[in-house]
Amino acid sequence: MILDWYIVVYVFALVIGLQTIIHHHYHKIRRKTKGYWYSMVTLVSLAVMGTAGVFFGIEQGSFFMYLFRHIQVPLGATMFSLLAFFMASAAYRAFRARTLEATLLLVAAVIVMLGRVPLGYFLTKGLPEGFQIPAITEWILMNPNMAAKRGIMFGVALGMLSTALKVIVGIERGYLGGGK
Amino acid sequence: MNWLARLSNIDRRMIFVLIGAAVIIPFFRPLWLPVHVTEHVKNVFDFIESIPPDGQAVLVSMDYSPETLPELYPMNLAILRHCFARDVRVVGMTLDPRGIGIGEMAIKTSADEYGKQYGEDYVYLGFRPGIVAVILGIGEDIKRVFGTDNYGADLDSLPVMAHLTNYDDISLVVTLASSTYPESWISYANSRYHQLIACGVTAVMAADFYPWLQTGQFIGMLGGLKGASEYELLVENAGYSRERKTATIGMDAQSVVHVLIVLFIVLGNIAYFASRRSAGGDA
Repeated sequence: MILDWYIVVYVFALVIGLQTIIHHHYHKIRRKTKGYWYSMVTLVSLAVMGTAGVFFGIEQGSFFMYLFRHIQVPLGATMFSLLAFFMASAAYRAFRARTLEATLLLVAAVIVMLGRVPLGYFLTKGLPEGFQIPAITEWILMNPNMAAKRGIMFGVALGMLSTALKVIVGIERGYLGGGK
Repeated sequence: MNWLARLSNIDRRMIFVLIGAAVIIPFFRPLWLPVHVTEHVKNVFDFIESIPPDGQAVLVSMDYSPETLPELYPMNLAILRHCFARDVRVVGMTLDPRGIGIGEMAIKTSADEYGKQYGEDYVYLGFRPGIVAVILGIGEDIKRVFGTDNYGADLDSLPVMAHLTNYDDISLVVTLASSTYPESWISYANSRYHQLIACGVTAVMAADFYPWLQTGQFIGMLGGLKGASEYELLVENAGYSRERKTATIGMDAQSVVHVLIVLFIVLGNIAYFASRRSAGGDA
């Protein structure tokens, strides 16, 4: 029953999303605003993928899957991979041992970075197991990291609970709108 | 320009070129660094190893999108190869609409390598919207949730689904995710139905899931490309696969890039402290 409703809501959301994206980009193209070429690419991509999926199927070997594998997957992976370049640049410019806390964070980050690749094990494999970089990495992740993560989770849960209670008893009315 | 100014002002394009070279060169000149298998990955392997052939099924939920495919697809293939090599029945699905094609690609590629028959040895259910409703629904009746497989075939017509009703017939759920889907599996499948769950996630997400590893709610976890390379090694060492180990090949590049980033951090800090000292001296 709930799943049926989910599907109904999902379909409506899909229609609204489709209408919004077409409307938004159509107007950008019509007004020839800056970067309207990207809007054209978006609409053409939407039309081609939609037509390919609806009329020719989405199973392996179909034209849809050809586009998915050879365009969408490499583009998506490229976007995510760009992170490595920006992270390296940001680490060089911003990761400074200015305070004790920053120094601790920096040391932990360096250990974890080395511990999460085979090189960390290779460099310290001659040491007793507890002193090898992967073991220290595991300790950092299983102790300080986990404690901090739990603290954040408890904080978020308590915050959600208190906000929900404030909404229920009428203290928080911002969601109703109507004024600052 | 003195050495200090040069050190603190390395052109970002130079950093990008060095990172690019650090990624590309190891693919042509591999370092073959030894992969160290961690306990969390070994636990997942050992669990699947303990499932008797043609016993309870493994549900592999491929909840990721193309952006994270380079990290998660290798572990997806490694886990599926392990299952198929041991004649463990596999039920594939996804909670992410962008993962439909990826899931189909992974399950079909690995099943074909072992000559597995669709409908008899494995099934691909595809996507249904409503994360919570789907996870809870599988706990009651998986056929009511999906009705048909990804290709529109009635689930009752598939032999692999004959004795598969709910989590009671599933030994392990493996969620491979690039978002918070593992939390949903824990909250609803594990807490409500006590279903055993393992996860495979991107390296940046892995740190978030340690609380559930410590409580035992995840039986194990594969974190990023490193986790995938560890699983590839275990599968190869057990004699289950001789396929190209894409994650292991990628680990050399990742090692060099990590070392390079550490070097950049060290250089940045040397420049920072030297400039602070020279500023103090001038004053």
